[in-house]
Amino acid sequence: MLAYSLKRLLLAALVVLTVSGITFIMTNAAIDPAKAIAGANATIEDIEALRRSFGFDRPLVIQYLDWLGNALTGNFGESYRLRTPVAELLLDRLPVTMTLGGCALLFALSLSIPLGVVAALKPNSPVDRLALSLSVLGQALPTFWFALMMIILFGIVLRWLPISGSGSWAHFVMPSIALGYYATPAFMRLTRAGMIEVLASDYIRTARAKGLRPATVLFKHALRNAVIPVVSLAAVQFGFMLGGSVVIETIFALHGVGFLAWESISRSDIPVVQAIVLLISLFYIFLTLLADLLNAYLDPRIRVG
Amino acid sequence: MATSTVFGAARLSPEQMLAPSPMALLRRRVFGHRSLMFGIIVLGLMVAMAVGAWFVAPHDPYAQSLASRRIPPIWHAWFWDNPKAGWEHILGTDKVGRDYLSRLIYGARISLVIGIATMLISGIIGTTLGVMAGYFGGRVDMVVTFLITTRLSMPVVMVALAVVALYGSSLEVVILVLGFLLWDRFAVVMRSVTMQARSLDYVTAAQAIGCSTPHILLREILPNILNSLVVVATVEMANAILLEAALSFLGLGVQPPLPSWGLMLSEAKEDMFFSPWMITLPGICLFLLVLSINLLGDGVRDVTAPENRN
Repeated sequence: MLAYSLKRLLLAALVVLTVSGITFIMTNAAIDPAKAIAGANATIEDIEALRRSFGFDRPLVIQYLDWLGNALTGNFGESYRLRTPVAELLLDRLPVTMTLGGCALLFALSLSIPLGVVAALKPNSPVDRLALSLSVLGQALPTFWFALMMIILFGIVLRWLPISGSGSWAHFVMPSIALGYYATPAFMRLTRAGMIEVLASDYIRTARAKGLRPATVLFKHALRNAVIPVVSLAAVQFGFMLGGSVVIETIFALHGVGFLAWESISRSDIPVVQAIVLLISLFYIFLTLLADLLNAYLDPRIRVG
Repeated sequence: MATSTVFGAARLSPEQMLAPSPMALLRRRVFGHRSLMFGIIVLGLMVAMAVGAWFVAPHDPYAQSLASRRIPPIWHAWFWDNPKAGWEHILGTDKVGRDYLSRLIYGARISLVIGIATMLISGIIGTTLGVMAGYFGGRVDMVVTFLITTRLSMPVVMVALAVVALYGSSLEVVILVLGFLLWDRFAVVMRSVTMQARSLDYVTAAQAIGCSTPHILLREILPNILNSLVVVATVEMANAILLEAALSFLGLGVQPPLPSWGLMLSEAKEDMFFSPWMITLPGICLFLLVLSINLLGDGVRDVTAPENRN
């Protein structure tokens, strides 16, 4: 287990290094950061002076190593636009995005696991077909359009829910549904497939044969095992949701990391963009690492092979 | 039973000779698959509409008219007696008076071009990496797996937004960015199916008689993994179309006045309160196009999977 964990950790560190390198070089090569800071009215001398004082005249690799060293100590530099430390901005916005991601995941799981279980109990029944058709239709629905349609229906026509801002729990209902529904089909299919496999296994037959209540067999013996792969998929999907929050947060004007990313991208505020991309990647890498280690702990075949 | 001779066909029983050919069986499976037929018909209509847009569209999609702004679609005349709605603009006009139906028809072009071009770029990158990893294994596999992990840990929407914004937004940039981002699924799937195909007997046989590696990859492995390739290609094409729409909706994809469906949604956002149909119509087009592509992929998987035969 230790050898496997170390190997996996090393890989994660290498991925972090590559992702941050690609992001840094791609964003810094695109535009002249000195010009972006100086603004439209600056003279060539101003820009040149800025370039030297910020160190933009050094080779990109040196700049990257410098940035990475600072980032490791939690210093992501200063926002060009707001003149505040990027780390502060992120800490300020992170709770909203985390709440949104958590609620979206909760919504997706609480919808898909029951559906998957019911579908697995009677494969090819009308319920199963309905669940599968819903997942096919859901997969074709553009997330942002779904969000707009919800705004029209629940926000404008019925006036049940607020359509922008992040003041109360009600502000999170529509964004969470919009962000979460996209993951539902994947969860549902995995739950269904897992349940069908587990329900056909010998120990379920034994449990039934010794006269346990059907509900006990279903929830205590079958679901527990069927849900293991769903847990690791949930980790991956949570990472994707944090990345996808940029679209949803922009639509609902939810002041989280995603909205900050969109604002910074449209204003070429590079330090913020770099920090956000790195942060989201870090979360994804951490979550998949956690899921892998959990799986290796639960299933000895992985860590030995 | 029958020993095989040069004239083996002569030994077939009458029933065997009258049995439908494999091609006829395939045809039967395709026509009997309702959702596949739905996908083929809708996608076919969309492609026809996109190709013949100049012929089908009733108006110029770029022609603005101050006199006919925000005309509602024809059903507003039927149900709410709206005097502005009429046959001149069946699906109404947008806020600068451009015919909505014509813009929707031309929009199909953009979505399809982006979907197909992105799918080709990412397909070539992903398939090459995946097949190499699956066939050679070892170090090559390690490197490709690392590349896939790295790619997966980068948030697609954010990276695409940032690159498009920084390098200038145009159709070409969007295609290139999406093409270089969406190859991961190709690589993952192609890697695993190639691994399975590599251990098949006829591949070993080809290796034993000394076929070259390119020959084995192209003539023995590729035909075997083509089914999965088609399925992944449809998924990624749909994915690219949805992503382009999202980027354009956020204002960082295709630029105006191009009639991209995502851009139309973005332009209609401020009219959401009084003209909700401006939001509804492009969304329905996107939904139908993506649904038909997904159904096509699912259907191809169903009818070509050997376990579903007979």
